[in-house]
Amino acid sequence: MEGFAHQLVAGIATGGIYASVALALVMIYQATHHVNFAQGEMATFSTYLAWAAVQGGAPWWAALLGTVFASFAVGVAIERVLLRPMRSAPVLAVVCAFIGLMLIFNSITGAIFGYAVRPFPSPFETSAPLLGGLVSGHALGSTAVTLAVLALVWAFFRHTGLGLAMRAAAYNPVSARLVGIRVGWMLALGWGLAAAIGAVAGVMVAPVVFLEPNMMLGVLLYAFAGALLGGIDNPAGAVAGGFLVGVVENLAGAYLVGAELKLTLALAIIVGVLLLRPSGLFGRAVESRV
Amino acid sequence: MPNRRSLIAAAAGVAAAPLSPWRRAEARSTTPGVTATEIRIGNTNAYSGPASAYAVISRCHAAFFRMVNEQGGIGGRQIVFLSYDDGYSPPRAVEQVRRLVEQDGVAFLFNTLGTPSNSAIVRYVNQRRVPHLFVASGADKWGDYRQTPWTIGWQPSYRTEAQVYAKHMLDRNPDARLALLYQNDDFGKDYIAGVRDVLGDRFDRVVRAASHEVTDATVDSQVISLQASGADALLTATTPKFAAQAIRKVHDIGWRPLHFLTSVSVSVASVMQPAGPEKGIGIITAAYNKDPTDPAWDNDPGMNEWRAFMRRHMPGADTTDINYVYAYGVALTLMQVLRQCGTDFSRQNIMRQATGLRDLEIPTLLPGIRINTAPDNYHPIRQMQLQRWDGTTWRRFGEVIEGTRV
Repeated sequence: MEGFAHQLVAGIATGGIYASVALALVMIYQATHHVNFAQGEMATFSTYLAWAAVQGGAPWWAALLGTVFASFAVGVAIERVLLRPMRSAPVLAVVCAFIGLMLIFNSITGAIFGYAVRPFPSPFETSAPLLGGLVSGHALGSTAVTLAVLALVWAFFRHTGLGLAMRAAAYNPVSARLVGIRVGWMLALGWGLAAAIGAVAGVMVAPVVFLEPNMMLGVLLYAFAGALLGGIDNPAGAVAGGFLVGVVENLAGAYLVGAELKLTLALAIIVGVLLLRPSGLFGRAVESRV
Repeated sequence: MPNRRSLIAAAAGVAAAPLSPWRRAEARSTTPGVTATEIRIGNTNAYSGPASAYAVISRCHAAFFRMVNEQGGIGGRQIVFLSYDDGYSPPRAVEQVRRLVEQDGVAFLFNTLGTPSNSAIVRYVNQRRVPHLFVASGADKWGDYRQTPWTIGWQPSYRTEAQVYAKHMLDRNPDARLALLYQNDDFGKDYIAGVRDVLGDRFDRVVRAASHEVTDATVDSQVISLQASGADALLTATTPKFAAQAIRKVHDIGWRPLHFLTSVSVSVASVMQPAGPEKGIGIITAAYNKDPTDPAWDNDPGMNEWRAFMRRHMPGADTTDINYVYAYGVALTLMQVLRQCGTDFSRQNIMRQATGLRDLEIPTLLPGIRINTAPDNYHPIRQMQLQRWDGTTWRRFGEVIEGTRV
């Protein structure tokens, strides 16, 4: 029973990691209706920026803030420079560009910062694990941060004019342009916000999985499963989906299918959701008349 | 079969040397890459890409062979060492090895780096019957003298290492129960094989194993499952990032097993520091090289010989990097093979001598370790010494332990 509680809590902690990355995936999907495969590597790169700032003596929260702004700028720049020329390209070409971006960021990170495994400091570190070794201070703190980011995203899309404009630009670019929304800049803004959220996710993940250029490789897959499970167009759903995938993966790995099939389980969730309920558990089914 | 290029190269070599007709005939009949004046040796390493920290091994070899050449070469011949970059990518390794064998016409391959790269070329070199000496990889399969008789490893294999751990565990507690955390690939599975070699029929009763994929975010769940199995010993056979996670998790959930850690993941900077140095106190691993940072070797004649070499032939190199110690040791082993060859540098004889090493002592290996090979023993180093993490460094203890003969 104690083992079960441990598995459950460890699953929630890992789920928190997936949830934060899933949120970034949803963010960019909201703004552009694409899934950015380079999201993980961009987040890793941002995390290295934060790491470099902390190494350079910056206070932790200042490093995070600086990284969030820098990542926002990088995200906007990528959209303006690399993706804008491809705005009328077929979707497969865009997917290829995303994969190219992923490889570029991965190699650049390795070339600049090296491939060594590094510890990443956490502001929530406690001297001893809490609740009898069940949960670390960082797991609680990072979950809180993920939920806070979620609340911000929700409020932004729901209660600001800019959020509404961004949703409109993604949903119906032509009509949005007719009412005076600068659709191109909305896309760039979406990229910037997704990169910024990715940076937060990376900084929350790094103390747990340790910092190295490939740290997001596996996480992105699980995050994608979480985002799909919760609904790729629903930020809250994606976060719930991320937590759910973490818990299901751990419990099933420990008690049902065995550790060898944990990864298979994530893939099965992706395929299962797409087959049975493409809009996810909490997503809205979109019908389009053709 | 010698190809056109190697024949031209051999002919050019002969034409350049003023030799008697009899010597010329002998030179022509010998191996590709071996002339009256030189021996060509091929090598690949990851000079670029994620594993480029290992590139110093081949740089060290190049300096070593320069030294040998300055001292008159081997068997009256100069060594030509050709080393190419494969970026740790198996397809590029195949490309570069074909270039070495077919265009450069090397006599043999030496210390090619990496399990994936060597796995990609092993079939080719065995088909071509090119000696593939002292592979720079700890995989156990390089000792498979039946399937790949032209390929031989050097360092203790992961399987040998696991045998050493299992033996020590049984010495400490004959009734110990072992939890085994392993990466689900050839590397991790070698450890299962090694533990099975020692435990035999008892394996299923004594061992509880849990695997993870390299794509997993963490191994926390596996560690929890292993603790729940009630095991009192743990063998962690995984790569540095996951090893650091495992050390931290084992500590945080209050588990205090007799913890063995694969020698692949003992880096202080990449594993012990990230995990938290105090969380790993008591962890046991195994070594076979003398560690250049261990003060015990400050006045050791063998290490002084290595330091003199480094000072003279690799000035400015980082002498705390154990890869240089490794490279020097494996290069010395090759020199013994070439000396044993006498004047016959045919590929058959090179292989015969590489598998005919008897109690060879290398100054950079831990005292008591001897290299032995035979036509049915392709595992040159089968002994290791245990060492324990004390919170700041690894401390050796006990005698050298030999793996089981399988």
